[in-house]
Amino acid sequence: MTHPAATSAPGRLALAERFLHYAPAPESRSIVDIRPAYGLFIDGAFVEGDGERFSTINPADEKVLAEVTSANAADVDRAVVAARRASERVWSATPGTERAKYLFRIARLIQERGRELAVLETLDNGKPIKESRDFDVPAAAAHFFYYAGWADKLEYAGYGPTVRPRGVVGQVIPWNFPLLMLAWKIAPALATGNTVVLKPAETTPLSALLFAEICQQADLPPGVVNILTGAGETGRLLVEHEGIDKVAFTGSTQVGKAIARAIAGTGTGLTLELGGKAANIVYDDAPIDETVEGIVNGIFFNQGHVCCAGSRLLVQESIAEEVVERLQRRLSTLRLGDPLDKNTDIGAINSQAQLDRIRELTAAGEAEGAQRWSATCELPERGYWFAPTVFTDVSQAHRIASEEVFGPVLSVLTFRTPDEAIAKANNTPYGLSAGIWTDKGSRILWTADRLRAGVVWANTFNQFDPSSPFGGYKESGYGREGGRHGLEPYLALATEVDAA
Amino acid sequence: MTVVDPRPAGERPTAATLTLARRVINSARLDDAALRGFLHGLPGVDEVGAKARAAGLATRSIKTSSKALALDLAISMVDLTTLEGADTEGKVRALCAKALQPEHANTDCPRVAAVCVYNDLVPVALHALRGSDVKVAAVATAFPSGRASRAVKLTDTAEAIRAGAHEIDMVIDRGAFLAGRYLQVFEEIAAVAEACRADGARAHLKVILETGELVTLDNVRRASFLAMLAGADFVKTSTGKVPVAATLPVTLVMLEAVRDWHRQTGIRIGVKPAGGIRSAKDALKYLVTVAETAGPEWLTPDRFRFGASTLLNDLLMQRRKLAMGHYAGPDYVTID
Repeated sequence: MTHPAATSAPGRLALAERFLHYAPAPESRSIVDIRPAYGLFIDGAFVEGDGERFSTINPADEKVLAEVTSANAADVDRAVVAARRASERVWSATPGTERAKYLFRIARLIQERGRELAVLETLDNGKPIKESRDFDVPAAAAHFFYYAGWADKLEYAGYGPTVRPRGVVGQVIPWNFPLLMLAWKIAPALATGNTVVLKPAETTPLSALLFAEICQQADLPPGVVNILTGAGETGRLLVEHEGIDKVAFTGSTQVGKAIARAIAGTGTGLTLELGGKAANIVYDDAPIDETVEGIVNGIFFNQGHVCCAGSRLLVQESIAEEVVERLQRRLSTLRLGDPLDKNTDIGAINSQAQLDRIRELTAAGEAEGAQRWSATCELPERGYWFAPTVFTDVSQAHRIASEEVFGPVLSVLTFRTPDEAIAKANNTPYGLSAGIWTDKGSRILWTADRLRAGVVWANTFNQFDPSSPFGGYKESGYGREGGRHGLEPYLALATEVDAA
Repeated sequence: MTVVDPRPAGERPTAATLTLARRVINSARLDDAALRGFLHGLPGVDEVGAKARAAGLATRSIKTSSKALALDLAISMVDLTTLEGADTEGKVRALCAKALQPEHANTDCPRVAAVCVYNDLVPVALHALRGSDVKVAAVATAFPSGRASRAVKLTDTAEAIRAGAHEIDMVIDRGAFLAGRYLQVFEEIAAVAEACRADGARAHLKVILETGELVTLDNVRRASFLAMLAGADFVKTSTGKVPVAATLPVTLVMLEAVRDWHRQTGIRIGVKPAGGIRSAKDALKYLVTVAETAGPEWLTPDRFRFGASTLLNDLLMQRRKLAMGHYAGPDYVTID
């Protein structure tokens, strides 16, 4: 054993640097049992689908994890019929107190099987285990706990004393937080007495299929939750199916617009949670070290695959240089690599298609004249990887300042006065989230009042709580998820009930 | 016109300290107003954010070879401390024996950095540690409250220096700091720093901020900068004599302060959390925080110390467990 106290100064520094290369601390993948192939979860059972099979891979090494089924029109039909039957015969007549028991049971099962879910999510999605373990899974459980509490109190939610479920809900979710987005969708739907047909994203179907097992384990009546895997076509068949009473979609603005067009005039309810290009505004009196942490969390959390990511940093010109310098220094301490390693900060990009998109936009950033800086880190040979990247000298006219990159890429813009900050922050077709950093409380309120964004964080970023409504303005979508507000889209309100 | 400072030479900050302080605060005058302008102009600390960052660093998973390295590093950074009214020469000799050979019958284990005692016991410690590289640190300046006249504090320091202490752990006047009398705190630290270098002595000065009494993280950052301006070699969290001692968020803010000071002046100041760090697991969290905040240059006993008494035994038990593959328990380490 080396004797640090007796070592020379250069020797000590070498030891210290060796310490900083933390030895591998991988979470074991043996806890999760992935089947070679999965069918569809319809009417309480896994069934063979009629559609084709496709593979889901681990984006960190491009190895196939399992074969899953692409649900076709007949499968969608079967699932919607099962959901309708469950709605009419069982679920809408199940008292709120009883529905709550199922939700509480599901929440506890998510906690009990938390490690399994976290490892599976990391394998299928590429996100670091510390995030799936400390964020995705606990937040998903919290969502079920929260909405379980509402199930028998809906008359007191502020929507009148005669609220009813809408019926059968079609839900399509993205690949960035597969289990958590499932929880955001399914928990309020079940609490309000609706039944569900949910389609997870084609690159991340596995945690939804494990959730289907949890529904079986919780003895949830057959047909209340149905899970159909597949790609865009399956999603289109689902949301356009005439047996669906309400659609909830989280994903790209482009697909959201297509859904809105497709179901316009049908009477089907719709909520959309779409893209974003959030401004993270840093005033010159910001608490600097915590602001740097907030910037990092804002854009590099989950590899930047976050619709509300703080992808546009608007920093007051007088401190811009210092903020960028501190930020770059901080970014060089981020660890990119094996997502299952407990010390990994930046995992894999979810898919080749997404990596291509990030590369295209960053190339455009350079071509249009912005200055690119990337943290020096060794990228693994296999899998999809992108080093944390910061663009400076970005102007509003650049593509990287206006288009959603959905990756670990930050654009830094500057402003001189608070009015200019507001003007630039709001100068986007999106309006999902925003951040404000200042030590002055009055400036927080002044700024928040003027930002056109559904969520505004002050001296923090990317904080979520099931009791807090989430959703956007403009091209970021409409409707709110979470909190009391998140119940409304799933309820047929008194006026609608009367009209029917 | 030259204003002559009426104080005796030992109580005046050295010219070098004053020059550096004036340069850093960017003011020709060094008075309460100038110091206040500088300290209150430092970026604020958001308590929620700082605590979240510390909690994030604490989730690092330090295993196998990294753990072995970290445990040895931590042992080599311990200031083995006894600061009790009941301290005796025998107690101090026992502690020194432990410092020289922490692991029973194993010379492979690193020695600790220093033994920390009250100044009347410095000669005992020096004798017991003679011929080794383990330092003797003395607490001074009316430790732990600091409530005495400057003359008494300087005499306290001078006696420790005369006795041969290698390091002085002083306390700041928290009352003066909280009342905004920054110049008074500055001058007192600078005077003690001067006393540490009196008559050719070259004792290192650790300045105890007693962060449990400063309470806010804004105060911790300001007090750290004030101590560095006045010539501290180390900033130290606590005496261990008030209810709240070292915490990870406080240490994080101090590490940010020394990192920023280095950026500004090129000088690397050390950090010493003291009190309340009892387990190896906690010590590892501190080392991660040092490495990822100030940088690997701080991961040496010259720039980072743990002020502790019971921590050492847990480090030794974990070290033994890693080497042997099983946990032996507290009967296999010495109680001193």
